[in-house]
Amino acid sequence: MKGEAFRIERRRFAEGGFCSRIHWRQGMWLVLAFFGSLAVAYAQSEPQPASPSAIRTLVLWLPFILKGFGLNLLMSFIAMAVATLFGVGLGLLQISRSRLLRMPAWLVTHLFRNSPWLVILFVIMFLMPFEIRLPGGGTIIIPDWVKATFAFSLPVMANISEIVRGAINSIPKGQWDSAESLAFSRGQTLRWIILPQCIRRAIPPWMNWYALLALATPMASILGVREAVGNAQAAMEAAGARPEFLIPFYLFLLCLFFAYIYPIALLTRKLERKYVFAN
Amino acid sequence: MSLQINSNAREAGPQASWSPDMPIISLRDVHKSFGAVEVLKGVSFDVRKGEVVCIIGPSGSGKSTLIRCINGLNNIQKGSIKVEGQEVNDPKLDLLALRRKVGIVFQQYNLFPHKTALQNVMMAPVLVLKEPRREVEERARALIAKVRLEGKEDAYPGQLSGGQQQRVAIARSLAMRPDIMLFDEVTAALDPETVKEVLLTIRELAAEGMTCILVTHEMGFAREVADHVYFTDRGVIVEHGPPDQFFTKAKDPRTRQFLSQVL
Repeated sequence: MKGEAFRIERRRFAEGGFCSRIHWRQGMWLVLAFFGSLAVAYAQSEPQPASPSAIRTLVLWLPFILKGFGLNLLMSFIAMAVATLFGVGLGLLQISRSRLLRMPAWLVTHLFRNSPWLVILFVIMFLMPFEIRLPGGGTIIIPDWVKATFAFSLPVMANISEIVRGAINSIPKGQWDSAESLAFSRGQTLRWIILPQCIRRAIPPWMNWYALLALATPMASILGVREAVGNAQAAMEAAGARPEFLIPFYLFLLCLFFAYIYPIALLTRKLERKYVFAN
Repeated sequence: MSLQINSNAREAGPQASWSPDMPIISLRDVHKSFGAVEVLKGVSFDVRKGEVVCIIGPSGSGKSTLIRCINGLNNIQKGSIKVEGQEVNDPKLDLLALRRKVGIVFQQYNLFPHKTALQNVMMAPVLVLKEPRREVEERARALIAKVRLEGKEDAYPGQLSGGQQQRVAIARSLAMRPDIMLFDEVTAALDPETVKEVLLTIRELAAEGMTCILVTHEMGFAREVADHVYFTDRGVIVEHGPPDQFFTKAKDPRTRQFLSQVL
């Protein structure tokens, strides 16, 4: 169910309309809804003096949920670093003059770009061994969150590969001509002339994909990774699984992710505008 | 052994077969196709050192392709192009050596937008030829002054007018110290008032003895600056001659028709 929710998000965001469609006022509504729900929950939880209110429960479990959110951030950072490293490499291979390099890069890119993240997550979870036996006899256990991080990095890697390929192709042919006529080799042209111009064009979509990645990390909770959403669910269970917990807990999670992602979205929009003018 | 031959290629190679009294550029029966479309259908001509040659003709007649072939930006299917005795249509060609000798300036300037005017001029000598930065900078500043752009060293291409950008592009090519300059319709994209300053720069270069091949639509300029004019149409040279004779006593009806349209 959560997987589906994220697929919808992806489709909406992937068009590049992510930044242009949100406004700070929408954030205000979200915050208002959160506090409103607190009031409702508070009113509902009146008659049982023995059990603490939903709000108090939330506050009590806050450090636990925030600790989980720390794991969301960590997963998103590592996955983004891996995705960027391999994505740029794949993108460069996609424009290689050798068919032997270009075709596999194209295949990998399109395979991961066009698969649901949840499916990739399951595949990686079940394909990767949970421990690695070292030749010396010791074993290294691969934690689930590491597997999930790797799984999330794959679709983002594929999309970064496309960003890089697209950015390189968007540089006018004349840049290659003049570099070639000045005796630059192909590698030197890429290094000194083409890629520096690509970075400006690629940073806004790159940030967009970071936002999507960070928003996708709660999917890992399906597989028992103890990130924010998983921990919030565990907290609700532990506190008695009362129905009035649901709205404040989940709204709190919404606000938490919103507070983190929204500034990134604003910055992306700002950069996009800046580069439109600069070009 | 092979290394030695390579490193001496620029000095020893051409000198063995080429001396300055021979044509610096020599084209023989050059054929070039893009797919099924044959753009050049057997072009031959010679350019002597210090000569200024203008190539004119209707659009799509293969003029730009022709000069792009001379510095190896386009390869040819048949024929021979020799630059200082070095065959361009040779798979073993030392492209670096060729491009040091032949500079080209394009219609769309093609400056590197992320670099300042000075950096544009300095880039190739520093990064490709690995010349010392200080020496190159001195030369680059002198070149920018030569094209009358003092004070614009730190401007980015986006901050310069078309004519200014085109003059930076000329300085950028000159920074490689070429023996030959190719100009591919360099004023075609410019405002009429900035055309003049670019032509002035080219005229000065020609006066200094630079070998120049210009593809141009500026008939007045061609007549004034050229030593020899070639008229191309549909991939062949239709007619050629010194400008006085060419512009007044053209024999071929195609040439006469073209001149009557543009003059």
